[in-house]
Amino acid sequence: MESPATDGQTEPGVATWKVELFVSVLLLLFGALIAWKSWELGAGWRDDGPGAGYFPFYIGLLLCLASAVITVRTFMTGARDDRVFASHAQLRQVLTVLVPSLLFVVLAQFLGLYVASFLFIAAFMVWVGHYRWVRSLLVSLGVAVVAFLMFEVWFKVPLFKGTLDPLRFLGF
Amino acid sequence: MAEIHSLLHGFAVVLTPFNLMLMMLGIVLGVIIGVLPGLGGANGVAILLPLTFSMPPTSAIILLSCIYWGALFGGAITSVLFNIPGEPWSVATTFDGYPMAQQGRAGEALTAAFTSSFVGAFFAVLMITFLAPLVAKFALKFGPPEFFAVYLLTFCSFVGMGKGSPMKILASMMIGFALAAVGMDTVTGQLRLTFGFPDLMRGFDFLIAVIGLFGIGEILLSMEEGLQFQGKTARINTKVVIETWKKLPAYWMTSLRSTLIGIWMGITPGGATPASFMSYGMAKKMSPRGANFGKGEIEGVIAPETAAHAAGTSALLPMLALGIPGSPTAAVLLGGLLIWGLQPGPLLFVEKPDFVWGLVASMYLGNIAGLIVVLTSVPLFASILRVPFAIIAPVIIAICAIGAYTVHNAMLDVWFMMGFGVIGYVFKKLDYPLAPLVLAVVLGDRAEDSFRQAMLLSQGSLTILWSNWLVGSITTLALLLLVWPFIARALQMLKGMAGGSNAAARSTAEHR
Repeated sequence: MESPATDGQTEPGVATWKVELFVSVLLLLFGALIAWKSWELGAGWRDDGPGAGYFPFYIGLLLCLASAVITVRTFMTGARDDRVFASHAQLRQVLTVLVPSLLFVVLAQFLGLYVASFLFIAAFMVWVGHYRWVRSLLVSLGVAVVAFLMFEVWFKVPLFKGTLDPLRFLGF
Repeated sequence: MAEIHSLLHGFAVVLTPFNLMLMMLGIVLGVIIGVLPGLGGANGVAILLPLTFSMPPTSAIILLSCIYWGALFGGAITSVLFNIPGEPWSVATTFDGYPMAQQGRAGEALTAAFTSSFVGAFFAVLMITFLAPLVAKFALKFGPPEFFAVYLLTFCSFVGMGKGSPMKILASMMIGFALAAVGMDTVTGQLRLTFGFPDLMRGFDFLIAVIGLFGIGEILLSMEEGLQFQGKTARINTKVVIETWKKLPAYWMTSLRSTLIGIWMGITPGGATPASFMSYGMAKKMSPRGANFGKGEIEGVIAPETAAHAAGTSALLPMLALGIPGSPTAAVLLGGLLIWGLQPGPLLFVEKPDFVWGLVASMYLGNIAGLIVVLTSVPLFASILRVPFAIIAPVIIAICAIGAYTVHNAMLDVWFMMGFGVIGYVFKKLDYPLAPLVLAVVLGDRAEDSFRQAMLLSQGSLTILWSNWLVGSITTLALLLLVWPFIARALQMLKGMAGGSNAAARSTAEHR
């Protein structure tokens, strides 16, 4: 996915037209999948009215149409967008927040949303923000406790405690 | 003057200590949401929606709609002080607001922005008060074909009036419809597009989509820009406010024009963002000081702010009267109505007058309260943005995850939210609009139901969409709007041939 800097000024990164092409082809496949699945369900007229696939079938077709036009346009020479979609440095920035977030969701499966949020915020502050441990722990503990009070105690909306449920001892 | 009577009744509903407290809470939360990157009106309301499940519906909608007003006000603060639009509709406010702040006129710019917001909203609420009951009464006669025609109009006007590539708008909308179709089909009971996953039987909830697309997507975007908030400071005191207020009446024409643009764009689902740009562009063209725009002209703050707030407010008219929201936030509020057990649409005015008029009354009070709150506490809200992003980002992501979980008490939704976040990031960068996607997820099932009912009535013939003058004219209007980009291009070419190179040169200049 490496693309040469087109005008010598921009940072190296992923070219917009490549991402554009990738997305539009993906949408084309998605549209085709919807149309096909809806066809299987029955996109025609049944004795009691339009079948379950009637409406989504045309939705799929329209998605195919729109993404096909976008795909063709991406190929056309005049419209090729050589600008940088995101430079490598930018993508790294995005990943520094995306990867920990995904880990956070994984963690939440086991430890529940409160404990996972606490760990996530503290870890993010220490590793990405370069804060000292004490400060990070205090901030993240504060957020988790406020969330706990707000959801469990005041609004009586129970949140996910995780399969391991480390907060069992609180009795909620 | 039945409306006035109903409105007074609405005020009586709102003026309880509990509701007033919720109103203030909503405004303050809303401004905070509007100031923070990654939290906006739509996903802020979506995240807090589950907290209102146990409240009476009237109190719940007061809280949520006040968050919306607050967010509309809050967007202006970051635009003027930090040159960062907190909300998409305040992008145009940065053009002149930030230069004013650089010149040390931040207080003036903010006062102008807040006051114009208030003016825009106020006239939009007045319009809602008198027009919404009429529209609702009219819509009581609607059958399935008429409703489908109105849905068609909504979606066609997105394609026709939207900025950017019509094909991308169409694609984004169809993704929304496809997501809405996932799950159990209400008519036949068949499972659609679930690919054998039992968890998909419920379908995709649009709240998850909203939180992911707007919340996580926005965080990823802000992270990419590596935001370092370097802001101007502002002190607003009574003197600045009075001085600015003395200047404002001179711009009544701009205000009026912007209000009308805003109201029009709000009712048709153009939304606040294009309204603010359109209004800024018009003001620049028509103002005698047009050349100064972009260098710190107060009129350049008034125009977009008035229009954005007028549009944001009037987006609630079709939501209330027809059950068809005019903006993503209105769509979230509509989702709230369904959850609280209220059926949005024309019957709401007949069956739940307390709710409707309580909401309308709260719009008046909420905007007054909002104006007072923001004028008095700007420094406080501005200081939120000085909290480093390394703290804000994980906190907002955690809040989004909690919000996504509470919608259905399902961790799977949190995963979907992250997925929507990545989609939101990529789509934003490729200029696929997100609003049509969200509206299609919200309205998909209802649009489909009305379509199928209409088709049942006509035994599968599309001619039912032209079966009487009412449905016929709505359908025709919808199709006209759909092909409007082509008509506009053709008109321009005709003009270009008639007016020679002059007109052509001007039109290319406008497009730049």
